[in-house]
Amino acid sequence: MKGYKEIIASYADVPGGIIEAYHAVQKELSYLPEEAIFEAAKVFNIPVSEAYGVATFYSMFSVKPRGKNVIRICESAPCHVAGAAEVVAALERELGICMGESTPDGLFALEFTECVGQCQATPVITINGKPYLNVSPAKVPKILAEYK
Amino acid sequence: MVNLTIDGIKVSVPEGSTILQAAKEVGIKIPTLCYHPDQSVKANCRVCVCEVEGNRLLQAACSTPVTEGMVVKTRTPKVIEARRTILELILSNHPQDCLNCPRNGNCELQTLAEEYFIRDIPFEHKVRGLAKDTSTPAIVRDPDKCILCRRCIEACSVTQSVYALGLEDRGHEAMVVPTMGKSLMDSPCAMCGQCIHACPVGAITENEQLDELLAAIADPDKIVVTQIAPAVRLAIAEEVGMKPGEMPMDVFVAGLRQVGFDYVLHTNFTADLTIIEEGNELLKRLNEGGVLPMFTSCSPGWINFCETYYPDLLDHLSTCKSPQQMFGALVKTYWAEKMGIDPAKIYSVSIMPCTAKKYEATRPEMQDSGYRDVDLVLTTREIGRLFRMSGIDFTKLEGAPFDSWMGKYTGAGVIFGATGGVMEAALRTVYEVVTKEELKDVNFTAVRGMEGIKEAEVDLKGTVVKVAVAHGLSNARKLMDQVREGKSPYHFIEIMACPGGCIGGGGQPITKSNAQRQVRIDAIYAEDESCEIRKSHENSEVKILYDEFLHEPLGHKSHELLHTHYHPKNKKYL
Ligand code: SF4
Ligand code: SF4
Ligand code: SF4
Ligand code: FES
Ligand code: FES
Repeated sequence: MKGYKEIIASYADVPGGIIEAYHAVQKELSYLPEEAIFEAAKVFNIPVSEAYGVATFYSMFSVKPRGKNVIRICESAPCHVAGAAEVVAALERELGICMGESTPDGLFALEFTECVGQCQATPVITINGKPYLNVSPAKVPKILAEYK
Repeated sequence: MVNLTIDGIKVSVPEGSTILQAAKEVGIKIPTLCYHPDQSVKANCRVCVCEVEGNRLLQAACSTPVTEGMVVKTRTPKVIEARRTILELILSNHPQDCLNCPRNGNCELQTLAEEYFIRDIPFEHKVRGLAKDTSTPAIVRDPDKCILCRRCIEACSVTQSVYALGLEDRGHEAMVVPTMGKSLMDSPCAMCGQCIHACPVGAITENEQLDELLAAIADPDKIVVTQIAPAVRLAIAEEVGMKPGEMPMDVFVAGLRQVGFDYVLHTNFTADLTIIEEGNELLKRLNEGGVLPMFTSCSPGWINFCETYYPDLLDHLSTCKSPQQMFGALVKTYWAEKMGIDPAKIYSVSIMPCTAKKYEATRPEMQDSGYRDVDLVLTTREIGRLFRMSGIDFTKLEGAPFDSWMGKYTGAGVIFGATGGVMEAALRTVYEVVTKEELKDVNFTAVRGMEGIKEAEVDLKGTVVKVAVAHGLSNARKLMDQVREGKSPYHFIEIMACPGGCIGGGGQPITKSNAQRQVRIDAIYAEDESCEIRKSHENSEVKILYDEFLHEPLGHKSHELLHTHYHPKNKKYL
């Protein structure tokens, strides 16, 4: 596993590289630790308060430790209407955590997201970016099993 | 010039002007919230919208540049309706707790709610329930009241270059937070309070401590002694409905006696004393090859900033305590002895234009008298509140003199309140000490005024001393970086954390623009002119202090009571 320092350094000369650097760090660590934000502020020569602003502005970044496999549930209107709430309940029940939390074993994190562009087959969830379409509460255990 | 029509009135304004500026020209007031006259355009609140002919959508006046032939309407039913909806939406997420709010009566949002006849808000009232940040002894943040205008962020980052505040999250979740979402105490905050002036509402205020004063006054065992800083008198007038500088000093003193202070003394006295100590320290550094340039040390916000961002340059700071702390150390030693009062009974209150002074008084090293040197620091605003609460009519109040031994001051002490003032006061004294000649013209006008960095050269009979003056911490940063690079041409540098100096301090009456700071500065120099004695070393009470107690500048007693040392803050979240 590459350290956050090396990762961030490799984007130092990319214009607007901080966002790409954050993406890369998150891919390794699944969240942005404080130290990575300090490092980014240094490398991109901006105040820490600003580097933190960038890290919290985008919903795909997390500044809190979270599970390795990030499950996102679309909460935009079409998915909502199609029963996203029941899927949420099933995921929460299955994992024993609430939305916004991670499982104690560090395996899963539950988050909301906005429309991911798959509205033809709602409700939609994504796990580490991979979309699952037409999700129903019954399908949840099987989907999760792939990652256990 | 660009010609346009606003509400039927023709106006020509320079190219690049905004509708807001053009409207002001012809006396049309457009409401604003995120707009600040000394800051960049933010255009995030939309309350300034107007109709512009040819545009279907309403335009934000603060950000829309004028164009030739433009026709603007600022008060059509459509405009009024839109502004009211915007205000209602803001208020639907706002505590609406005006009666319990420090900005009650002085709040831009409250004023607009009143002007726009806001009654029954049709939206659900939803407040986020965020916790107040009371982590510092100086500044309190109440994020629930924040309307996300971002004026504080600009004050902190651009004016002050402290970068203690930033945005977290976005959309509905967005909020202003100290660095990394931690507490203000963990951030690099210098406690200058400039964000308080920038904030249109009550989301940032001083730590209010009036109750502690009232308890001390009520306590028969306490002798409540106060000191007033030079910049306070100029501005206290604004708190009781007078113009800057309009409150005569003796009437101010009488007012303080009315509210129950037992003795009223003056920080100007120790301002003069600071000049003697600091002037001698400068001469010593010049003669003995000490660390130069030397920085002044009377602005505690600046000290916090230096300890945070320039811990490697702390030995450039004068070791002199600020006048407030010199006063504190003396009032429970020298003054107590002279008055025959038990220092344990003295409750020492200082009235300051400054929020950082609240923090300074709590520093553990500030107990050289054997007690806490300054027990309580109140801002000009808090004293304003106290006066209003006491119902004093200052137009009918007869003046009263300061009490003895630490109440006398010179014009040099007075100008401490304005940027360049400490420098000018020091030069008046240093010149005469070195040359042994009388200074004919005491006015060093080169170091006065609102320019960010000012410089001057003084010829002390062969030795040319180069000095610089900076106010606002981003200007200080420029001079500090120069020193760090080893390129500073100066011997002596005055730094004030707040724009304009103490007259613009974080504890002063809410200051909406730099123009208001200039008015107070003018009042300060007028007071200096009217002083019979304008050089610190001619202050007769200071002379007595040296004769009877301190014996000599930089002497043993001075070191014990009047000088201090600094510590790197080692903040993690810079
Ligand atoms: S910030 Fe203004 S509107 Fe809000 S509670 Fe305070 S005075 Fe009222
Ligand atoms: S008090 Fe000064 S340093 Fe602290 S947050 Fe406000 S503007 Fe920034
Ligand atoms: S705290 Fe005040 S100045 Fe800062 S964004 Fe909020 S309302 Fe604006
Ligand atoms: S609304 Fe859920 S994917 Fe588009
Ligand atoms: S004042 Fe124009 S958008 Fe806020």
